[in-house]
Amino acid sequence: MNQYPNHCVDFYASHVLHRLYEIQHTERHISAESMTRVANEFKMSASQVASVVSFYAFFYPEPVGFYHILFSNCTSCGYQVGQLNLLEKICRLLSVVAGKTRGDGWVSVGETSCIGMCDHGPSMLINGMPLVWLDDERITQISCLISEQKPLEQWPVEWFRVESSIRKHGLLLSETVQPGSSLKKVLASAPQQILNHIIDSGLRGRGGAGFDTGKKWQFCRDSAGEARYVVCNADEGEPGTFKDRVLLENNADALFEGMAICAYVIGAKKGYLYLRGEYRYLLDHLQNVLKRRYAKSLLGQSIVGQAGFDFDIEIVVGAGAYICGEESALIESLEGKPGIPRIRPPFPVTRGYLGQPTVVNNVETLIAAAHIAKNGRDWFKSMGTEESTGSKILSVSGDCRKPGVYEYPYGVSIQQVLDDCEADNVQAVQIGGPAGTMVARKDFSRQISFEDLSTGGSFLVFGENCDLLSVNQNFARFFAHESCGFCTPCRVGTSLLTSSWQKIMDGRATSLDIHEIKQLSALVKRYSHCGLGHTAANHILDSLQQFSERVEKRLTRKTFTPQIDLDAALEAARKMTERNDADAHLE
Amino acid sequence: MANNEHTITIDGTEIHFKAGQTIMDAALSAKIYIPHLCHYPGLTPSGNCRLCVVELNGKHVTACTTQAQFGQQIRNQTPELHAARMAITQMLFVEGNHICPSCEKSGNCKLQAMGYYLGMRDEHYPQFNPRREMDASHPAVLLDRSRCILCDLCVRASREVDGKNVFAIAGRGIHAHLIVNSASGKLGDSDIAVDDVAANICPVGAILIKEKGYVTPIGRRIYDQRMISEVAFDEHVPEHEEHGND
Ligand SMILES: Cc1cc2nc3c(=O)[nH]c(=O)nc-3n(C[C@H](O)[C@H](O)[C@H](O)COP(=O)(O)O)c2cc1C
Ligand code: SF4
Ligand code: SF4
Repeated sequence: MNQYPNHCVDFYASHVLHRLYEIQHTERHISAESMTRVANEFKMSASQVASVVSFYAFFYPEPVGFYHILFSNCTSCGYQVGQLNLLEKICRLLSVVAGKTRGDGWVSVGETSCIGMCDHGPSMLINGMPLVWLDDERITQISCLISEQKPLEQWPVEWFRVESSIRKHGLLLSETVQPGSSLKKVLASAPQQILNHIIDSGLRGRGGAGFDTGKKWQFCRDSAGEARYVVCNADEGEPGTFKDRVLLENNADALFEGMAICAYVIGAKKGYLYLRGEYRYLLDHLQNVLKRRYAKSLLGQSIVGQAGFDFDIEIVVGAGAYICGEESALIESLEGKPGIPRIRPPFPVTRGYLGQPTVVNNVETLIAAAHIAKNGRDWFKSMGTEESTGSKILSVSGDCRKPGVYEYPYGVSIQQVLDDCEADNVQAVQIGGPAGTMVARKDFSRQISFEDLSTGGSFLVFGENCDLLSVNQNFARFFAHESCGFCTPCRVGTSLLTSSWQKIMDGRATSLDIHEIKQLSALVKRYSHCGLGHTAANHILDSLQQFSERVEKRLTRKTFTPQIDLDAALEAARKMTERNDADAHLE
Repeated sequence: MANNEHTITIDGTEIHFKAGQTIMDAALSAKIYIPHLCHYPGLTPSGNCRLCVVELNGKHVTACTTQAQFGQQIRNQTPELHAARMAITQMLFVEGNHICPSCEKSGNCKLQAMGYYLGMRDEHYPQFNPRREMDASHPAVLLDRSRCILCDLCVRASREVDGKNVFAIAGRGIHAHLIVNSASGKLGDSDIAVDDVAANICPVGAILIKEKGYVTPIGRRIYDQRMISEVAFDEHVPEHEEHGND
């Protein structure tokens, strides 16, 4: 039996993000003194620690409430339910101002980017724990419990119950990998043989970009380095995506098995699972799986008795930053730094974690690899299309009766998915989240595949009553909020896109503004440093192209209107002077 | 190896490069100007301002971070790149608070000079009017964050040349801002010195040396005399020094 290294399976403050989380959790903020303390402990400079604290959304320089609420602002699991704004409601009930801790220090309410609970109705994080299926009544109950200062442990447990709503089982979901079964098979062959197997299977990355997985492993294996690393990208930040959450809940063994196979192939001794902060509640479960695997000698020294095959897995938890899903930003974050994407090349396969060759793969990719190792490439290739072999797991949410996780062979049409999830009167579907493609009804015969519409797994359904322009506004805000701030076109451009789109929403834009937005979108897309900026304007360009008549309806007839509403700007002056006559107004 | 295997072409002009040079290095040595604000020869390139984006085989890459490789066909002065550079410069103007006529950096300022070089006539985009903290705590060096363009030059210069690590960038997105590495976060408590490269490399009026503002009168300042596209060829920070503390 293998003894597990403590820091691998116990939540241990050996990582600066974990140490900061611990402070945030106990002291409700990270003070300047705490930062100095952490700087000394980790031999970092004060400014390095301050940079980290201010980069991640879940760290605060000023105290948050004993009850700290963050509503998801996703289009699917967000707080706007028809006419009802749950965030405003709870603020009213508890007399707090969003973004400000209440005077007595008990409550704070804010919003955060999608928390991956899109199939669980409006959701929030309360002190980091997901609380799902919110509605008017639940909000009232919550505010009562908070007013009574009842500890979270005494709240109804079912409020926190996150289910795995798997609606359709395909290649991967219908079969479980018995712990060790793939590994044992793999160890009978040489690493290069296994690698050829993965290459022949045609497996491509499931995280969105679709890079050939076998090739990635081969590059890493062939790169010179003192050590090699396997990193599982469980950051899943794309709004509308939650399939990795469900996989982590149900298929963690297969995932760790996949990581170990990758380690065997590339010669890694260490692997990391980078878990998004929103999924911290899965930590106990994941650590228990790791412990079991150590006990069965499926991790640690001489795995399944194979001398020289040593591999440890450690979990690192993020702290609220979508950009950390970008692989080089993820590596920066793993190294305890702000998640700013690196210059590429060099790519992680040659210079990744600590400058060493590193494979970064999505959760689903690594699970698929474990299945391929066990069932063979032909089994995998029996499904899918020419360039997209195997299956794709989709997170379906929005205006449909059966939101949840669906697994399909690649090549499935959008219409098929809509039929299965029982969505009718659909105006549009967003494939691949805000960074992906908006598809209008006339194109529902298009298919999910690398040849046509590729996706990391987000499938957002917008019904007939949805105001698509407000969806764009939601997406635009998302990107402005999540831009890392490193490069000019993205940092400034995403903010400008948000204000320009707001001008359309306010009915004050002209055709000149549309021309401007198109140019700005092209600039952000083309001149940004990383994938976030490259995709941030896609939804705007899609909307302007596919739903131009809707946009046009909102335009004013004038050729030019100023950015600010001049008359509205006089409101404060009117109030102060107690005037409201015609002369106190413009126009 | 034959020298002609070390050539690239920029806008139809074939130039030589030395192994290990970036497109920017090679261009500057050949006296070809590729606009840039966040790059300074002698410092590790960063690629954050994006003004030096050029077209390489139909792709857009930053000249400052891309290695020169034999046979590259590069386009630098095209109407599209010009328009993009103008827009990016305008973005930098509206993101901060720039008050050129009353700014003591006027005439010595690269952002302003870039505006002139590109023929920029207005800021085009709506103003952000940010409120950013001013730090006057140091007797000789002033930090006015409202004019900072987040080029990261002071950060790199302090680390790589001065061996001090005085500055860092904190915050994300539009809230990114320059911070000072001292317990109080104030420049006065840091170990910056007036003649540090970090105190003098700021391309704009964000880091200023006190009591020097008008020593050179307006009209006789750097970019009053020469275009930014010529001055760029003379720039280089002192050679890296070895600092044994990291
Ligand atoms: C802004 C941004 C966010 C991303 N987020 C994720 C993510 O949450 N999960 C993921 O697996 N890949 C994400 N990616 C893609 C990763 O950079 C990388 O391509 C992927 O993890 C590689 O794994 P794969 O080959 O198994 O798909 C993101 C990319 C960008 C540009
Ligand atoms: S594109 Fe955006 S997220 Fe990516 S590096 Fe630039 S600022 Fe950061
Ligand atoms: S820093 Fe440069 S661009 Fe900004 S106000 Fe001063 S002179 Fe003008």
